[in-house]
Amino acid sequence: MQPFVRHVGKAAALPRTNVDTDQIVPKQFLKRLERTGFGPSLFHDWRYRPDGAPNPDFELNRAEAHGATVLVTGANFGCGSSREHAVWALAEHGFRAIVAPSFADIFFANCCQNGLLPVRLLAREVDELFRRCRAAGGEYWLTVDLEQQRVEDGLGFTAPFPMDPYRREMLLRGLDEIGRTLLEEPRIAEYERRRAAGTAP
Amino acid sequence: MIPRTLFQKIWDAHVVHRLPEGPALIYVDLHLVHEVTSPQAFAGLRLTGRRVRRPDLTIATVDHNVPTGDRLVPIADPVAARQLEALERNARDSSVELFDLRSPHQGIVHVIGPELGLTQPGMVIVCGDSHTSTHGAFGALAFGIGTSEVEHVLATQCLVASQPRTLEAHIIGRPGTGVAAKDLILALIGQIGTAGATGHVIEYTGEAIRALSMEERMTVCNMSIEAGARAGLIAPDETTVAYLAGRPRAPQGAAWTRAAEQWKRLRSDPGAEYDVGVALDAAAVAPQVTWGTSPGMVKDIAGRVPHPSDFPTAAEQRAAARALEYMGLAPGMALEGLPVDRVFLGSCTNARIEDLRVAARVVRGHRVAPHVRALVVPGSQQVKVQAEREGLDRIFREAGFEWRNSGCSMCLGMNADILQPGERCASTSNRNFEGRQGRGGRTHLMSPAMAAAAAVAGRLVDVRGWTLADLPGSLELAS
Ligand code: SF4
Repeated sequence: MQPFVRHVGKAAALPRTNVDTDQIVPKQFLKRLERTGFGPSLFHDWRYRPDGAPNPDFELNRAEAHGATVLVTGANFGCGSSREHAVWALAEHGFRAIVAPSFADIFFANCCQNGLLPVRLLAREVDELFRRCRAAGGEYWLTVDLEQQRVEDGLGFTAPFPMDPYRREMLLRGLDEIGRTLLEEPRIAEYERRRAAGTAP
Repeated sequence: MIPRTLFQKIWDAHVVHRLPEGPALIYVDLHLVHEVTSPQAFAGLRLTGRRVRRPDLTIATVDHNVPTGDRLVPIADPVAARQLEALERNARDSSVELFDLRSPHQGIVHVIGPELGLTQPGMVIVCGDSHTSTHGAFGALAFGIGTSEVEHVLATQCLVASQPRTLEAHIIGRPGTGVAAKDLILALIGQIGTAGATGHVIEYTGEAIRALSMEERMTVCNMSIEAGARAGLIAPDETTVAYLAGRPRAPQGAAWTRAAEQWKRLRSDPGAEYDVGVALDAAAVAPQVTWGTSPGMVKDIAGRVPHPSDFPTAAEQRAAARALEYMGLAPGMALEGLPVDRVFLGSCTNARIEDLRVAARVVRGHRVAPHVRALVVPGSQQVKVQAEREGLDRIFREAGFEWRNSGCSMCLGMNADILQPGERCASTSNRNFEGRQGRGGRTHLMSPAMAAAAAVAGRLVDVRGWTLADLPGSLELAS
C-alpha cells in the first residue's frame, strides 16, 4: 500500500450529502477482474451525459476542479454498497484524501486499505472549506497531514481530525495488513484449537 | 458479572487477540463469497503466494451479474461470463465450495446462507457485500467488508476490526394488517436517517420483533445497512431454532440438540446497556413508500411529496431538491396514485417464499395493468422450486408477470434487467439510489404486497384496502 504521511494538493468541492458508492462507480463497471481501470468510470453517470459527452454542470468537470487531489464533500460519503471499486476509482483518478463530516463505515475501511485518506472534520469546518474553495475560484490548496492529524490551507484555516492509532500506523507506514496479521498465526491456530475443543471464551 | 449485550457476547467469543493499537483480531466462522467483489482478492493471494486458510469455512455463489432468463442459453455478456468463470476457477483452485448456475442451491448469497442452514446463531459471518447484515436475523454478527478485507479473511480467517458501538431499536406494538416487516424497517430508517446508525450494531428488540417470522426478521436486518449500521442483530429464539431444524448444513443429531439449547440462551442479559436507544411503535406504522433517491426519503403511502424547504439544513434541502428533480416529482404531490411503468419483486430483502406468497395473494385473480411490465425474480433456485410446487408461478404468470431464475437482477441492474431512463418502478429491493436499477430509472421502495398491488393497479396504492385471495395450497400451508 502507498503510505500516506502528508499531502499538499488542490481541493475540489462536491457539496452533496449521502454520495453513495453506486454514484462513485456505477454497477456496469464492476465486471473487471483487476483493481485497476476504474478511474474513467468515476462518477460516470454524473460526469457524462447519456450521449457520452462530459456534463459541464457536474462539479468535478469544472475547470477549477481539474488536477484536484483532495475531495471536499458532504456527510455520509460512500454509503451503500461495499464495493471497494469506488475507492480504486477515486484513487486512480488522482485523489489522495477525502474530507467530509462523516463516512459510511465500510467505505472508510476500504479507503484505509488503499492509502486514500478519509478525513473527518466537523460539519461547520467542511462548510467553511466549501466557502473558501468557492471563493478561491480554482486555486485552493490544502495540506493534509496525517502525522499531525491536521488539515490546513495556509490562509488561516486549520482543523484537527481523528484517526484511530492502528489505521494511522498502517497508513503512515504503508503496511500490508495481511502480512501483519499473519504474524499472529500462532494465536489464530491456538484459537482454532480452543474452539475445536470447546474451550473458547 | 456486568450484564452484556448479545453483540458483546458474540464479539468477546471471537476475539483472537487484542492488538496493542486498539482493534481486535476477530475470528470469522463463515465467509461468503460472490463473483463481483472477490476476483481481486483471489488475485492478491496468487500474487503474494498466499492460500485460502480455511476453505471449509468459505462458501461461494454467483448472484450479482447472472442472467435470470433461460439457464441453458450461454451468457450473452462476455464480461460477466469472464467474472463467473474467474470465480469458478478460484473456487476450484482453492477447494472452496461453489454454488454455480448449475446448482439447485444457487441464489442470492444472503438468501442461500440461511436457507442451507449455513447461517447459525452466535457466528461471525462476513461477505464482500453490504447486505451481509441480513444474517443478523439469526443472532449472528454479520457484516459487509471490502475486497481487501475479503483477501484478508481468505488468507487469515480473521478480520481486524474496532469494536462498534451498540444501538437498541426497540419496536413495540403489533403492526396492522397490510403492514409488513419492510414497512417497519423503512419507517425506522425514515426516523433515524441513513447515517443514523453509523458505527453501530443495531439490536432489534421488542414484541413486534419477537412476533416476526425468520424471513421477516431477515428483511429487517437486511436493511440495517441503509440506516448506516455495521450490522443488525435479533436474538435467537424458538422461531430461529424451528427455522433451522433439518436444514442441510445445520448441526444434526446430538450436536443439534446441544446447539439448539445454546442458541436459545444466547441473548442480551437483563440490564445490559446499549450506547444508544431508539423506539418505534409498530401499531402506528402505515405502508411505506420512498419518494426520493435515498432510503431515508420515505413516507406513508397516504403522504405527500415533501417540499425541500421542509428540511432543516441547507444540505438536506439541496439533496431533496435534487432528488425531486431526478424522480420527476413536485412538492405536494400525493404518493398514492403515482403511475408506475415497472414492478420488481426480488432481491435479498424481499424475494423469499413468504414474500412471494403474500404478493401472489394480492395478485391472484387480477391482471397486471396493461402499461406495466412486472418481474418476479426468486431469491434462490430453492425458493423458485418451492414457489412452483405451490403454484405461485402460475398465479404470477397468469396475471402477466415474468417468472425468472434467481439472482440479484434488477436490484442493481448488473445483468440485462434494468430500467430505461425515466421509467418509474415499484420495487421490493433496498436501494433507491440514482441509477441503481438503470441510468435515469426512478425507484420507489416498498413491501412485496405494496409492489404487487402497484402492478395490478398500475400506480402506487395502499394495499390495506385490498382483499387477499387464498392460495391454491393454503390449507396445506397453514397446517
Ligand atoms: S439482491 Fe441486491 S442488495 Fe442483495 S446482494 Fe444482490 S445486489 Fe446486493
